[in-house]
Amino acid sequence: MTALRAPVLQRPPLALLAVLVVAAWLAAWVLNLPAATWFTFELLRLEHGSQFGEAVAFFLYGTPKVLLLLTAAVTIVSFLRSFVSPEQVRRRLAGRGAVPGTIGAAGLGAVTPFCSCSSVPLFIGFVEAGVPLGVTFAFLVASPMVGPVPLILIAGLFGPLVALAYLLTGLTIAVAAGLIIGRLGLERHVEDYVWQIRAAGDVAQAPMTLAERVEDAWASTRSIVRRVLPFVIIGIGIGAVIHGYVPTDLVVAVGGQQNPLAVPLLVLFGVPLYLDAAGVMPVVQALVGKGLPLGSAMAFMMAVAALSLPEMVILRRVMKPRLLATFVLIVASGIVGVGYLFNLLFA
Amino acid sequence: MRVIEVLGPGCAKCKHVEATVREVVERLGIEAEIRKVVDYRDIAARGVMSTPGLAIDGTLVLVGRVPTRAQLEGWLTG
Repeated sequence: MTALRAPVLQRPPLALLAVLVVAAWLAAWVLNLPAATWFTFELLRLEHGSQFGEAVAFFLYGTPKVLLLLTAAVTIVSFLRSFVSPEQVRRRLAGRGAVPGTIGAAGLGAVTPFCSCSSVPLFIGFVEAGVPLGVTFAFLVASPMVGPVPLILIAGLFGPLVALAYLLTGLTIAVAAGLIIGRLGLERHVEDYVWQIRAAGDVAQAPMTLAERVEDAWASTRSIVRRVLPFVIIGIGIGAVIHGYVPTDLVVAVGGQQNPLAVPLLVLFGVPLYLDAAGVMPVVQALVGKGLPLGSAMAFMMAVAALSLPEMVILRRVMKPRLLATFVLIVASGIVGVGYLFNLLFA
Repeated sequence: MRVIEVLGPGCAKCKHVEATVREVVERLGIEAEIRKVVDYRDIAARGVMSTPGLAIDGTLVLVGRVPTRAQLEGWLTG
């Protein structure tokens, strides 16, 4: 253990470092808009209100903004993850009744992020420990859809009220999906081998020190941000083009209230997409700025976050086609319902 | 002879763990067999619910995270 602690001690105290990082983050957040405006219109001498100038300003303002939000979100997620593991969640959920279990699973899902490549071991681990199928599904739906990453990005780009609405409706969808799947009795549509697995007991890991948690969080933040950076830049680039060049009439005509099929079509389009939330949201933000109703936008973001084609392919390993189809159908219907609801509420 | 197993279906983090393990093993000059466990059944049967998992001589030492070089050195020399 001494070898492990040595590099930590040579650095400035953790609290000081944390304060400095937060201060730098806040300064960058405040200075971002004036800096982008100055750069675009003073230094590059682009014309205010011109299509090109507006697109450049959107890009220069959006890129640091989304990166700041993403870095904060991922650091918080990685830090949280060192406290709540799926193993602990499973222990708490096993043997609970349907309703409290499902609500608990949706809530715990929101604070227990997992990467989509873990969804099969996670599913097997839950089912094998005696967590009911519906409860397991509530967790599987909630975790990717209403985690801190989409919530912080939405709060930063659309405001805290929209983020709160997203959180509440997302949790509702997860609970409803869990309760319905629980009632349908689809246990026989889980691949048979899953029921035969008898896993070894819980993993005993050495408890982490605070310094280790912070260091681990920062390490995974760096690697995640580096990986999604290209997608963020592409997303903001597309957003910038929409912001500068796409006419409002077009967006309103295709995705607006006059088109009653806009919500289901956006969900149908978003479900198979495997995109990072950080890359999609700037595009959606630009579309909302051009008159796309908020409900349609939320439905699209939820569909992208909750379901994707690669994840379905992975889940097919543990679910027979009928169970998988039921799961996708229920979640997609819930998202369409949320889209219509918000188009009504925020119209 | 140590047996080091990396449990994971081959996502970015799993590859990162494997690369770090190889690097540390080489630097320490330890004789070790590095195995990859990629089958979901085997991974789940070991009690791993969040990949990547890391086992040394049959004992799981880390789940769902990438170990630091210092941690690996500690386990392999301790």
